[in-house]
Amino acid sequence: MKVRLLDIAHARSGDKGDTANVGVIALRQEWYPLLVRELTQQRVTEHYRGEITGRVDRFELPNLWALNFLLHGALDGGGTLSLKTDAQGKVFSTSMLRLVLDVPDDEARQLGLPAAP
Amino acid sequence: MSGTTKVVRVAAGQGFWGDWLEAPRRQVEGGPVDYLMLDYLAEVTMSILQKQKERDPKMGYARDFVGAMEGVMPAVAGRGVKVIANAGGVNPVACAAAVRVAARKLGLDDRIRIGVITGDDILPRLDALLAAGHPLRNMDTGAPLSDVRDRVLSANAYIGSAPIVEALRQGANIVITGRSTDTALTMAPLRHEFGWKGDDWNLMAAGIIAGHIIECGAQCSGGNCLWDWRDVPSLDDVGFPIVEGSADGTFVVTKHPNTGGRITRQTVTEQLVYEMGDPHAYITPDVTADFTSIKLEDLGHDRVRVYGITGAPATDKLKVSIAYEAGFKAVGTLVYSWPDALEKAQAADRVLRARLDRLKLKFDTVLTEYIGAGATHGALARRERPSWMRDLPEVQLRVGVRGPDRAAVERFTREIAPMILTGPPSVTGFAGGRPKVEEIVAYWPALIDKSVITTAVEVA
Repeated sequence: MKVRLLDIAHARSGDKGDTANVGVIALRQEWYPLLVRELTQQRVTEHYRGEITGRVDRFELPNLWALNFLLHGALDGGGTLSLKTDAQGKVFSTSMLRLVLDVPDDEARQLGLPAAP
Repeated sequence: MSGTTKVVRVAAGQGFWGDWLEAPRRQVEGGPVDYLMLDYLAEVTMSILQKQKERDPKMGYARDFVGAMEGVMPAVAGRGVKVIANAGGVNPVACAAAVRVAARKLGLDDRIRIGVITGDDILPRLDALLAAGHPLRNMDTGAPLSDVRDRVLSANAYIGSAPIVEALRQGANIVITGRSTDTALTMAPLRHEFGWKGDDWNLMAAGIIAGHIIECGAQCSGGNCLWDWRDVPSLDDVGFPIVEGSADGTFVVTKHPNTGGRITRQTVTEQLVYEMGDPHAYITPDVTADFTSIKLEDLGHDRVRVYGITGAPATDKLKVSIAYEAGFKAVGTLVYSWPDALEKAQAADRVLRARLDRLKLKFDTVLTEYIGAGATHGALARRERPSWMRDLPEVQLRVGVRGPDRAAVERFTREIAPMILTGPPSVTGFAGGRPKVEEIVAYWPALIDKSVITTAVEVA
């Protein structure tokens, strides 16, 4: 079953120089392990291919049902140097939520995941 | 106090310079608070203030703060609310003098004791520090500061909670700092009230995380919150956050009753991950806090309990925020309308770039965005469903250039308007006139040994 990240998580982002951070937070605690399994560093690197110039770091925060990603080289230099509309990565988190996950039907039913429309 | 547990209420009244003017007064009038914490400084703010100070030695601080204090001082004088703010910028002494004038005007002069903290400004010492073997390397690039020394506008070390605690101990009821960390503004009053020791790392970390949760004002109480955003109540009347701290380092995040917004596990979590780096090591001058230790309990009714926080010793360095001149930039925009709005904007971008090439203008970067067609999500939006892009009613072409040559950037600004009659059709939205050339003031993060930074506290 296709599941939109948008329907199972919320997110917020910020900046540190040319790096955007994206915190992805499971809407329910029981959905957090799915995020840990599916939102791998590799998957996110793939998602942002062509959009960022640096690497992706990933950190787990089970206590907050959250993953934190650092996307390096995401902000055209960042801060005042950047020519981007989103120079400080304020809405970078929303582009992460475009991810669509493939979840086995049984598991999706068991977890009560909403199907992508 | 027997039978009750002491609770210290620290209220956030400003998340950045330019935040809601109503907030500080609403925080001291909306219910009981012990401290009002006001954060005015962002990375680039210091250089703007430095320029103001060079024009007028009495300037160089966040002037909004004086207006905010006029609204708040009756509560400071009458009810014992104390104020802690990093509004001093590069001139905390002048800031204190301006607050003093306001206090006199209100007839409250004899009940205001202002603590001023200095020592963070290392601009006058910069050459001596470089000569003494502090290279102030850029933390991101590794380059030594000597590369840009002649273009440096301001240099400030981020200072921690200790001098604020000292000012409170000396009886200040308004504490004005320069570049202290945002989080210290909240941690210091908790440390002062509960007598926390500076090497009790778990308590230091708890205070710092309390500070992180409320330092951006309403961003933890429903503002800019994606979770269930349609149902956030009454943002027009949003309540700013308050930390109710206890001696054991646990605290509750809440807001005044009968205010808008909301505080839940989700609103607090969104703020916790904001600007997060490695969550295991949130480095501050006071402590290295561990965000993976934070436990949240949603108590309902806009109350979230935070507990379980652990910390590790602080490092022997302070972060230094240096601002330097880094060339020039300009951004021009034009709006193209249906039919084929995006295609027209893309064609216009090609025309514009060809003309810039023919003029042999040199830039470090030329960046094109299509607002309304994926400016913030880039190709992630465009490739997901290309059909969306065909019927857009309009698209704004936004082209920016950046480089060391002011004349080249200036010339670029004159190439936008000609596109109206010499480029693709259905173009509008240029009423703003020629784009402005901006001087870029860039940020140079560095580290310096703690031992060479000495702060001074003066309470009067």
